[in-house]
Order: sequence, then C-alpha cells, then structure tokens
Amino acid sequence: MQKFSGFELFRRALGGHKSWQPQWRSPEPKAEYDVIIVGAGGHGLAAAYYLAKEHGITNVAVIERGWLGGGNTGRNTTIVRSNYLFDESAALYEHAVKLWEGLSADLNYNVMYSARGVLMLAHNHHDEISFKRHVHSNRLNGVDNEWLTAEQVKEFCPPLNITSMRYPIIGGALQRRGGTARHDAVAWGFARAADARGVDIIQNCEVKAIRRGPSGAVEGVETTKGFIRAKKIGVSAAGHTSVVMAMAGLRMPLESYPLQALVSEPVKPAFPTVVMSNTIHAYISQSDKGEMVIGAGTDAYTSYSQRGALHITTHTLDAICELVPQFRRLRMLRNWGGIVDVTPDRSPIIAKTPVPGLYVNCGWGTGGFKATPGSGNVFAHTIARDAPHPINAPFTLERFRDGFLIDEAAAAAVAH
Amino acid sequence: MLIIDCPWCGKRPEIEFRYGGEAHIARPADPSALSDEEWAEFLYNRTNPKGLHAERWRHIHGCGRYFNAVRDTVSDFFVVTYKAGEQRPENLGPDVDGASIGGDK
Repeated sequence: MQKFSGFELFRRALGGHKSWQPQWRSPEPKAEYDVIIVGAGGHGLAAAYYLAKEHGITNVAVIERGWLGGGNTGRNTTIVRSNYLFDESAALYEHAVKLWEGLSADLNYNVMYSARGVLMLAHNHHDEISFKRHVHSNRLNGVDNEWLTAEQVKEFCPPLNITSMRYPIIGGALQRRGGTARHDAVAWGFARAADARGVDIIQNCEVKAIRRGPSGAVEGVETTKGFIRAKKIGVSAAGHTSVVMAMAGLRMPLESYPLQALVSEPVKPAFPTVVMSNTIHAYISQSDKGEMVIGAGTDAYTSYSQRGALHITTHTLDAICELVPQFRRLRMLRNWGGIVDVTPDRSPIIAKTPVPGLYVNCGWGTGGFKATPGSGNVFAHTIARDAPHPINAPFTLERFRDGFLIDEAAAAAVAH
Repeated sequence: MLIIDCPWCGKRPEIEFRYGGEAHIARPADPSALSDEEWAEFLYNRTNPKGLHAERWRHIHGCGRYFNAVRDTVSDFFVVTYKAGEQRPENLGPDVDGASIGGDK
C-alpha cells in the first residue's frame, strides 16, 4: 500500500501524480478462504479489516453483489453520535465513537470525521424530560451529552428559528463529540486498509446460495463466480439480510424498509452542526461539499425498491423550512432511498446463529453508519473467537426468544 | 405515492392507508402450549421476501377496514388486493411484472 502523507503528496506532485497505484486490487476469488464476509459495505469491510489487524486472519474475502460502498454506506446522512439511552447501546455506539476519533490515522485515510456536535431539539415538556433523562443516563455511561436552554441552542446554532414557529424550541441535548464523517471515504479507507493486509475484495459477485454440510455447518457460498469454500461466513448484508439468511434456512426478526434522504444544491458554510428534531421530524447537517444533507423517514411498507414516496420527503422539508426559514429558497438536488433492515426492538443483531460457522451483523435499521467501525470491530471478534465481544454479547438473535429486548424503539432520542 | 385498491372502496392514494405488516400470521389457538421459540416465531420472525409479499393494509382514512394485498417488494406494484379472511390467491407466479398486467403503480 502506498502510504499517504504530505511528503508523498508533494513528491508525487513533482511527477505529475502519475505514480499512484489503485487503492485496492480486484482479485479473482480463490478456491477457499478462512472467512467470507458477505457484503462490502462499511460494516463488512470494517469487519474484514479488524479480522486482519486484530486477529491475524488475513485469508479473508469480502463478497459484494454490486460495488463496494454502493448500498447504505453511500446512502446514509453520515451522522456519528453515541447518546443512546440503554447501557448496552451506549457501550456499543461509544465504542464506535472512540474508534472514529482515531480512524483516519489508523487507516491512513482521511475519513473526514468532524466532531461538530449533534443537537437534538426539544419542543415540548415531554421532549425536555426525556432528553434530560438521556443526558443523565449518558453521563453515567461516560458518554458526553449536555442540556442546552433555548438561548444556548440559538447561540450554538444561529441559523435556527427558535420562537416564531408552531412548536417553538425550548431547549436541546447536545453531544459535542458527535458529528459527521464522509461515508464514501469510510468504505474506501477500510477497503484500502483491508486490501493492504491481504483481504480479497470481490465486487460484482452475487452470493446465490449458502452450502451446508451433513453436520449443518457452513461449507461455503455459491456465487456468480463459482463456489467459494469457507468454514466461517459473516453476513453483513443490511437490507438484504433476510434474503441471504434464507439461503441458510434461517428466518430473521427483520423487515426491510426504504429510508429516504436528500441533498440540496451546495452553498457556502451556513449550518455549523447536526440538528435533529424528533417531534417535528427534521434532520439536517451540511456536508463539507456544501450541500444540506437531509434525512427523511422510512416509508410505511416493506420494500427493496431503493426509492420511496414524495410525501415522506415533503413532510421533513416542511419542518426544515420552519426550523431554518432561510433554507426555503434552497433547491433540492437529489433524493434517494436505501433499504434498511429493522428489528422489532430497533437494536442491531451482531451474533452467532444456530447454523455453525454462520455469523450475522444486521438490524442496524435507520442508524447504522455511526456504528461502522465499532460494529466491524466486535463482529470481527465474534467471528475470530467464535464468541461475542463483551460489547456485543447482549445483541444476540436469541434475545427475541428469551425476552431480553434492547428496546431503543421506545427509548430512542430520534424517530426510527 | 402508491395507489391502493381497497376491496371495499376502490383505488385510493397511499396516505389514506396504514400498513399492517405480513399477512396470514394466525394467532396461536392455544397460546399457553407454545414454546419460547414458537412465540418468537409468531411475534418477531418475518418472511421479508424480495418479491411477492402478502401483507395487511388498513383503510384508516376510508372504510377503516383491514384487507390483504399481494405486492411485489421490488417494484412496489400491487398484484392483487383481497378481503381479510380470504386465502392468498394462488399461482400469481414468481415474476409478476407490473407493466404486463397493466396495473397502477
């Protein structure tokens, strides 16, 4: 791997930047790997990277139906935060935030993590007491989160209209270490770093079946590029998890919904932080390119169509126009949908499965991007040791049987 | 926005309806006889198919009644809607194409 540095940039500039190599190989699949990861999104690539880096397992293939980072990794609204209510969730997402903080240096790739703060707005008494509960819970878990008055909200994010609206802002919860990262760079950075450690990233290769032996254990995957043998398979297929797991005969507690997002035309820096409001359903930040990045809701029905209805996006734009009146003149450039796999309790599943050798990392629903490095890290641990990391030990498949739900659906600070 | 054919009221826009999830999941006849695995299967596990999906809808801003539909989850095309209590129509085929049926999308 060619290391990126200021000196290298300068040296290669003298040569007209002609000596840079591709950042990862495009290998043909080998006959057998120690581990196959299905899905080259951020989570799958991160798992491959940490398998190689922390567990010394480098004979790994990441198999991707399309191109790497082309699914939800490239479709989310790039927010990073860890202010979840329950201990299990706070530990998981905080693990990710700690990795985010050193990720660019670790990968030698600028993922543009920007801790510009995540501000959640309160518009009524219920919001206020619920957010204050989150603040206290987060502090007990060592997660930064603080309550701001309406005036402090205005000072922290001046473009906000806090009074002349149907539901005035009465305060907010601010996680200063929250922020954004560039989602494509996250996929590319993990892909480059994993590839450098020997991981094969096999794109445009669809998994058609999971082959199981007489004992029930996995033997490998049938793909459009032939059969690839492996004793361990990690499924990290986001919205398509139910489809892939069905190949191994497993039914999942998942439903796949389209989640929409949109961006405006790029403008000069005008919005300093990430703002979300559950009550009026607004969700907005500004990318480094200048676009306002807006997250809309999920459509009502399950779908794999990667698109949704216009009334879902106009609903959130209504709220944003009231929240930041100056944005009423912004034109929207693009909108799209990503297919998110939602669990009944809105918490992920990172676990072993009843099928020996088959592992699954799924159920991230509407909020998986923020967890990318942490998720990959504990998933790699689970695959390598055939046992969960203490952080993901509660996030099993069996919790639905045993009744130990991690019910962020009821507790979450944002709409799911 | 989807146009949904309510079996009682006819074709109406999606915002008149509420989604009810996978259809034909019968409540256990003898709940106390179920094991934990069977309860988890009933409560949480879903087929979530990529393709034809039998699902419940409720015409909440219309007649208020539940009905069932078979929809292609790739194209979001509604193949058929039918009244609650009726069996899922057979032989709809695995690759129903909205255009060839000439239905609404």
